[in-house]
Order: sequence, then C-alpha cells, then structure tokens
Amino acid sequence: MTATADKPAAAAVETVTLTIDGTEVTVPKGTLIIRAAEQVGIEIPRFCDHPALKPAGACRQCLVDVASPGPDGNLRAFPKPQASCTMTVSPGMVVNTQHTSEEADRAQKGVMELLLINHPLDCPVCDKGGECPLQNQAMSHGRPESRFVDVKRVFEKPLALSSEILLDRERCVLCQRCTRFSKEIAGDAFIDLQNRGAQQQIGTFDEDVLDFDGYRPVGAAAVDESGKAFSSYYSGNTVQICPVGALTSAAYRFRSRPFDLVSSASISEHDSSGAAIRIDHRRGTILRRLADNDPVVNEDWITDKDRFAFAWQNLSDRLTRPLVRKDGELVETSWPEALAAAAAGIKAHTGDDASAAVLVGGRVTLEDAYAYQKLARVVLGTNDVDARARAASDEEQAFLGSQVAGTGLGVTFGELEKAPVVVLVGFEAEDEGGVVFLRLRKSLGRQRVVAIAPYLTRGAQKLDASLVPALPGREAAALADLPEDVREALSQPGAVVVLGERAAEAPGSFTAALDLASSTGARLAWIPRRAGERGAVEAGTLPGLLPGGRAATLKGAREAVAQAWGVESLPTAKGRDTAGIVAAAAEGAIGALVVGGVSASDLTGDVAAALEATGFVVSLEVRRSEIAEAADVVLPVAPPSEKSGTFVNWEGRLRSFATAIHTDAMSDHRVLDLLAREWGVELGTATVEAVNAELAALGAADAGERPAAPKVKAPARSPRAKKGTALLASWHQLVDEGALQDGEPYLAGTGRAAVARMSQATADALGDAASVTVSTEAGAIELPVVVTDMVDGAVWVPLKSPGSWVARDLRAGAGAVVTVKGAA
Amino acid sequence: MSGSDEVWKVNRERDGKRETFESNLPKKGPIGEALAPVAGFGVSLRNFFRPTVTEQYPRVKTPTMPRYHGRHQLNRHPDGLEKCIGCELCAWACPADAIYVEADSNTPDHQVSPGERYGRVYQINYLRCIFCGLCIEACPTRALTMTNEYELAGPTREGLIYEKQDLLAPMGANMLAAPHPMVPGTTDGSYYRQEVTGPVDEQIAWVREHRPSDPTLPEHRVDAAATDDAPHQVRYTSPQHAAGERHEGGAV
Repeated sequence: MTATADKPAAAAVETVTLTIDGTEVTVPKGTLIIRAAEQVGIEIPRFCDHPALKPAGACRQCLVDVASPGPDGNLRAFPKPQASCTMTVSPGMVVNTQHTSEEADRAQKGVMELLLINHPLDCPVCDKGGECPLQNQAMSHGRPESRFVDVKRVFEKPLALSSEILLDRERCVLCQRCTRFSKEIAGDAFIDLQNRGAQQQIGTFDEDVLDFDGYRPVGAAAVDESGKAFSSYYSGNTVQICPVGALTSAAYRFRSRPFDLVSSASISEHDSSGAAIRIDHRRGTILRRLADNDPVVNEDWITDKDRFAFAWQNLSDRLTRPLVRKDGELVETSWPEALAAAAAGIKAHTGDDASAAVLVGGRVTLEDAYAYQKLARVVLGTNDVDARARAASDEEQAFLGSQVAGTGLGVTFGELEKAPVVVLVGFEAEDEGGVVFLRLRKSLGRQRVVAIAPYLTRGAQKLDASLVPALPGREAAALADLPEDVREALSQPGAVVVLGERAAEAPGSFTAALDLASSTGARLAWIPRRAGERGAVEAGTLPGLLPGGRAATLKGAREAVAQAWGVESLPTAKGRDTAGIVAAAAEGAIGALVVGGVSASDLTGDVAAALEATGFVVSLEVRRSEIAEAADVVLPVAPPSEKSGTFVNWEGRLRSFATAIHTDAMSDHRVLDLLAREWGVELGTATVEAVNAELAALGAADAGERPAAPKVKAPARSPRAKKGTALLASWHQLVDEGALQDGEPYLAGTGRAAVARMSQATADALGDAASVTVSTEAGAIELPVVVTDMVDGAVWVPLKSPGSWVARDLRAGAGAVVTVKGAA
Repeated sequence: MSGSDEVWKVNRERDGKRETFESNLPKKGPIGEALAPVAGFGVSLRNFFRPTVTEQYPRVKTPTMPRYHGRHQLNRHPDGLEKCIGCELCAWACPADAIYVEADSNTPDHQVSPGERYGRVYQINYLRCIFCGLCIEACPTRALTMTNEYELAGPTREGLIYEKQDLLAPMGANMLAAPHPMVPGTTDGSYYRQEVTGPVDEQIAWVREHRPSDPTLPEHRVDAAATDDAPHQVRYTSPQHAAGERHEGGAV
C-alpha cells in the first residue's frame, strides 16, 4: 500500500517547489510567496495582506528578495525586492526574507519608516494600542529612531462614516483592507481612496450626489459610492481587520485595553447561522464582541448585529432575583418560595376544564427548548407548546417534522456557496440570513440567485439576483410556476432551494418546494431567522413534534418517547401553535401559561388579553419584558453569555458554547428542572450534559415515526384586491428594534429608516402621496413612501423598525390584506 | 556508575582536601585579647557622647528625600484640565496589578482632559502598590507622578483603594476645575508643549454659565495672597472616602 494510492485527490493538485530562507517548501501552484512562507513558519510583516481578500500590494511592507530561474536555467535575481503578498511562487524560486537578506530587511525598515512618517504617536489614546499590527511590527521590523523631524499631516478626526463606524484618517496606512472588504465581501462600497500623494486618504463620497431611495439609515451617515447614505450590515468587520487604529467603533471607543479583557469563544445568539464570535469582557461586563474564524460557518466575518448587539442583557431592567406577585405587585423573593408559588399557581389553575400551555421564544438553546417541551408533555400534560414566536403554520410543522428534524447536517454553508443556482423563497438573505448573505455573495458571478419576492431588494441586487415576482403570501404559486430556465437550472447537481421563516406565511410553499425538489433534484434548505429555531425543531418544541422529528400524533412515536422518558404515556390531544395558544388564552381556555423569552410585540395575537384572561402566568425572562410585567411569577434566567449550551444552526450543525461570564444566573433548562421537582418529577434537565445525553439516547425518528410530508393547495397567484387595499409584505430588517438590540444606540443608527414601498401603479392609485397610512382594524402605521420596482397591489413595510411595529400595531403578517391610504 | 554517584565521589574527595577555617581578621595583641570580653561596651560608651537620632514621629515629621516614592498624584494642566488621558499604560506597567483605569470619551459638554479621551475611573490599590514607580515611567503625559506623602495606612481595605478624586493634585492658584472646554484654538499637542499657561476668559465664561457656584471661579476663590497655602487646603474627597474617615479610623 503506498501513500499515493491512498490519496489520489492530493496527487491531482499541481505543486511547485521553491526555497525560502534556505528551507525547501512545496506548495500548490498559484500560492503567494507570503502564504508559502507561512507554511514553513517564516513570518513576513504585512498590513494589506488578508487571506480572505484579493492581493493588493498596497502597503509594500512584505518586501523580500526573490530570484527565479531564467530561460537558461540560471537563477536571476529581481533587481529590487518584491512584494511577497502579490507574487505567486514559481518552480525553483529562491526567496530571501528579512531573516536572511540584508537588502530585504533594509527595504522593510524603509517602508516602515515611510508608513510612520504621517502616523501620529497617539498610541496611548488609540483603541488599537496593545493589539496593533503596526505597533507590533514597528517594534519588530522598524528602525528604533525616526529621522522625520517635520510636522505630521493631520486631518479632522474622527470622521463618522455612520453612527457606529468612526474613521481617523491620520492613522491610516492606506492598506485598503477596509475598501477591499466593503467592495469584495460585503458589497457596500462606502469608502475609497481619494486624492494623491501625501494627501491620499480613505474618504467618503460626495454628498451632492445624494440619491435617497429608501435605504437611508436611522442615524447620520456618510455617503457611499452609489451616492446613498452608507448603511452596511457588515461594517464592523472593517474595524476588526484594520491593521492600525484608523477605523474604530463608537461603542468600543476608549472603553478598554486588550490586556484588560478576558476573551471567551462563543456563538452568536442573533441568527440561525451560529456564527463563531469572541466575547471580550472585563469584570463581568462585555466590552466588545469580535468575529472568530470558523472556516466552515462564518469564515472571518460576522454581521454588525452579532458584533455590536450585546448591551441588552445588562440593561437596568435585568432580572436577578425571582419575583412573585403579592397584592398585585411583583416583589423579589427567594428561589424556593418562587418555585413553590409557581407550581402551586399552575396546579390551582389547571384541571379538567383548563389546561396549561407553554410559549417559548425562538432564542433559547437546544437544551432549553428540550426542557420546555418535556415540562409541557411530562409535567403539564399538554402538547400546547410552541417555540415559533412568529407566523407559523401546520404545513411548516409537517415539513419540519418530515424533512428537517433529526436529519443532521443538511445543506451546508460550503454547499450553498458552491451551488450553481439558489432559489430564495420567503427569505431575504441580507436581512434574515446574516452571514448566509456573505456566502452567497462570495460566489457572485459563479452562481445564479433567484429571489421569489415582491421586489428585488438592495441585498438581492448585490447578489445579482433575478426576481420572480410574487405577491406576499402567494409565493407557492410562483414556486409551482417557475420560469422554464430556472426550473432547468435547478436540475443541475448541487442546486438549492432556500425556504425562510416567512415561507410559513405563504400557504402551499412547502408543498410546492417539495414538489419542485422531487421533480428537479434540487436540495432544500430551511433557514429560519432566530438562533434557537432549528434547535427547537430538533428538541420537539413544536405542538405536533416530539424530539428527533417524531410525530406527536403517532402512537408508536409517542410510546417510544414515553419509554425513553420513563413515563406511562404522553398527551394525545393535538397541540396548539403559538397563535392558537394566544387565541385560546384570550378566550379563557388556558388555565396557566409558562412563557420563556417571548416578546409580546412579535405576536399578532392579542397578548395582553391572553395574559389577562389566563389564570396564572409564569415567565422565565432575562429582563423585565412586557409579559414578565404581567406574570404572576417571574423566574430570572441567564442570557447566552452567562450560560453554556448549544445552538443548532440552520445547517443542522451543533454550535456548542461555554459560559463566558460566570454568574449565579441559571439557564432555562435548570430552572425548569427545579420547577418540575415541585411536582415530584425528575425532568432530568439539570445540566447541559444530562440533556445532551438524553437527546443522544432518543436519537432521530424512524421513518414510520415521522409526520407525513405537507400537502397544502396553494391559493391563487393574484387575488382580486379591492380598491384602497393591498397585500402586506413585511420582514425583519437585520438591524431593527428587536429586543436583543436594545441599549445600543450606535448600532440602531446604522439600521435602515422605515419606509413603505410600493410600485408606481400602486402609488399612483393613492394620488402620489409622500407618505401612506397602512392600516388594519387593529391599528395603523404611517410611513414615507418609496416607489420601488415591485409587484402591483402590495405594500412593503419593515416588520419591527422604528415607527413600524407591524405585529403589534397591525396585528397582521405578510400576505394580509391592509388598507392603504395616502397621507399629506 | 550513575551521574549522582560520580558527584558524590567527587564531593567526598574534595571534603578530604578541605582546610580548616581560619579568620582573615588581623590578630589582636595581648592587651586587646585581655579586653576583648568588654570591648562591646565601647560602642555604647562612644554613643553616649553623640547626638540622638530618634525620630519623634508622628509628633515631628521628618522630610523625606526629594525623590522618595510616596503616594501618587494625578496632575493637572495649568488651566485645570486633567493630564490623565485614561490610556492605562500605568496599569499595564504595574507589576503588582495595583492600578485600575477605565477611559471614556470627552464631549463638548464634558471635557475633562485635552483631546478625545480621559480617565473616567482611576483607582490605585495601596494594599498592592509596591511604590516601584514603573507607572510614573510609563505615563505618556506626565499625569501620574509621586508625592513624598508616606502616611498610607488605614483601618479598612476599601479605604486604601484610592479613587481618582483622592489622587488628583490640588488645584493651583489660577486653575479652573474641569470639566470645561480646552483653550480655543489649541489642540492636545499645545497642552503637551506647555503652550497653555492658565485658563482663558472663554473657559471661565463657560464654567460661569454651566456651574455658576464653582469654587474655582475667580469670584468665588479665596484670595491666594491672604492664605499662602490656600490651594493645598482644597481636598478632593468623595462622600465615601472622607478624609477624616480614611486617616483617623472609624468603624468599618
């Protein structure tokens, strides 16, 4: 057996052998010299070079001596040192870095001296001080003394590119990492090089070409390349990759020094991508979060929400002690008393005529989700448990049970990136996908993206997507009736159809997607928005699903789970989903509610009436939420940074994270375990390990235990709309007024200002009004109009942006018929 | 033979060759030998006729050497702005981890030091401090220096963690208490080059507008000529760290 026989794939790669500092190294053809040197542990100083960005050769710091064989086979040295970050290796090349070549060392020291000429000596006030590549490399590769005696160039500082990103131009060494990132990776080119020579600087664009088109951020911001006010969801990455302190974030400015900080690896709680992050904290307070490198998930990048939105958990309304309602007031009490009061209350208010129900937000971990559904089914004896605090449907549940739960790793980020064609259904990659958008954009030019949506968003335009116009809620018909070329493209191997959380608001879309998949061979990927959604599906925190994708309606599946849990039987009654539970509670049919991590403003139902009519409400919350204020017992739980657990990202990848900050706060699963003891029941969810062992023992459902695939007929593609009405299109913007973004005004300023979008024809029908009132019987929202190239008969408003809280104010979701009236 | 056996053998051989101890001191004569038992009293006798060196501390306080490493002090610029920019280099340099600093941004309404950054929290823990002075060397703005004050004892541990207001230098004769704007037309560089020599009218007007009763305003200032050491009597103490409580004891 030979090594070559073992690895036929490795032999296929063409390699090149060269010598660096006397060490022979063999690397794949096309490798840059600087990368080849890294492989043999030779460090070459650099600023502009970044493995995820294209070579630029902008800073000239990586100069090395290079000699390569000429046509006659003799080594011929380049007359001058060459930038190792732009030159690829060639066979027989001899490279001498600063370690072996005096010439290279002299060149590097000269470049460093030039870079430092205009760099201010303000390291003591600079946020990068202590973790600055320029500082470090000036020490290791610079001259000890400067020969520069003149006055340094100064600029007005800082220049606020947006409310979050600040630019100190005098610190800039013009490496262009930021401009390359924004052009190549994010597609939000908001800064670029300007001027020449000594005045060359990174700058913003001319404000005179301002062309407001509805993507204006909430806060003040500079203008980008296209003349639009800059609002990027990925701008924070430029701060992290800036090799000097030129780009800083307003939130972290002057807050701390790297040696103060304790770094803990973690997973972002903000979206279903499960991006790897690093939490930097000091004395129990999170100071900042950075992207961690995870090549299979988020690569080097995270969204601004992942990076900046962490203040919510330490706001003044944070709960630390249990609260019990006494004489109408919530008063702090001890854990034993609160747990006893909670159990007594639930027992007293439930019986034959009134059951209990459990509402879970989509933000909990896999372990927490498992504990919630086990409490519901074992202790409370009900299937009324749902972790979808959003629009949901039975069709979606059937799809999740039959196709998603317990299927392990499905379509991955890598496969999504390599897919020749991607069809997006009820999914806006930039707003609802986070780093999914960056992966799709990475394949720009190699991948065809088709969006089934009411209009082509700016995010979709950045993906060069084509639009299959569909009225909100009518995506299923568009999916069933795809253009022939798209259908053909989908039959290529690796093609992917992405279903977002809004597919649940489009009846028949899951059925249509399954049909499409079976007829074309395309793969399906369900990409929900919230971090805990996929985990909740795996844990069975849905009314009709038991752990591992078992159908709660099938006797065999119930018995298997009951046996594993050591209980006689599981509840047989059909469970209600979130909307059903809220509606039933408002009618007084629910005796007791256990609510964990739900924002009342995310639900379209009348939550206030439901809480009022319910006999007893137990709330598990990090902060004093609207629901906690109305609860009878409030049990404080830990935010993600203060607990360990697992998020399951949309791929089905387990994203476990450890406790970053150790406090007394308990995770939901531990609190529920204690609560169950009040009934004398051992829930077995006291620790993360215990829950994971139980989940592993349960495993995935057998084929016979799964629910049937959904079969829902799609409604007509274009309904007849009455005059003055339109179909409501709406989704969450990435940066909006979600509860997990509270307390971070700088980030909020980069979110997009709320506007109402409609087609020219729809706007004309309203008499060309500057702003419109979108209303239902429940309420109204007034927003400025932006005429967009979109389907007629629909109006789009953001779901939870400033001045536009659709669920709370309109009590309606996407696809609902709303009245649209022009205002002054 | 193992290595340790070898060493043992060599040592034993060397022991055999070692000579007996003999003092290098010069040998005394016969009279010296005779008086040797009482020679020690000679030292006492000699000192009967010398001036005493007993220090009457705390009744009399002896001045220290000029460069004695005593309590730290956070200095001010001549116009009263603080020199500390909250860079934490002192905390970084500290081998005893005695210094804790948190910085913040200066704003037009709250300008504490020249430039963009100031030290919002500044603590030195005198239970940890070893008075090595590395923090003084590290300070890029000469904000942190050491005084000759050595009376650093107290009845509580908390009391020995000095806060910023305990460490700030007393206000000089003409200084105007921070926060107030920088001298118009200057940068932080002007301050470091000592081009600012005192508060200007604009700064006084600003303080007058925002804090009319500020004791460092010219109209409220005690005449410096009347009480020579008036500036030194201004103490900056927080309610929790009242001077009396710190130095004269009291319940924990």
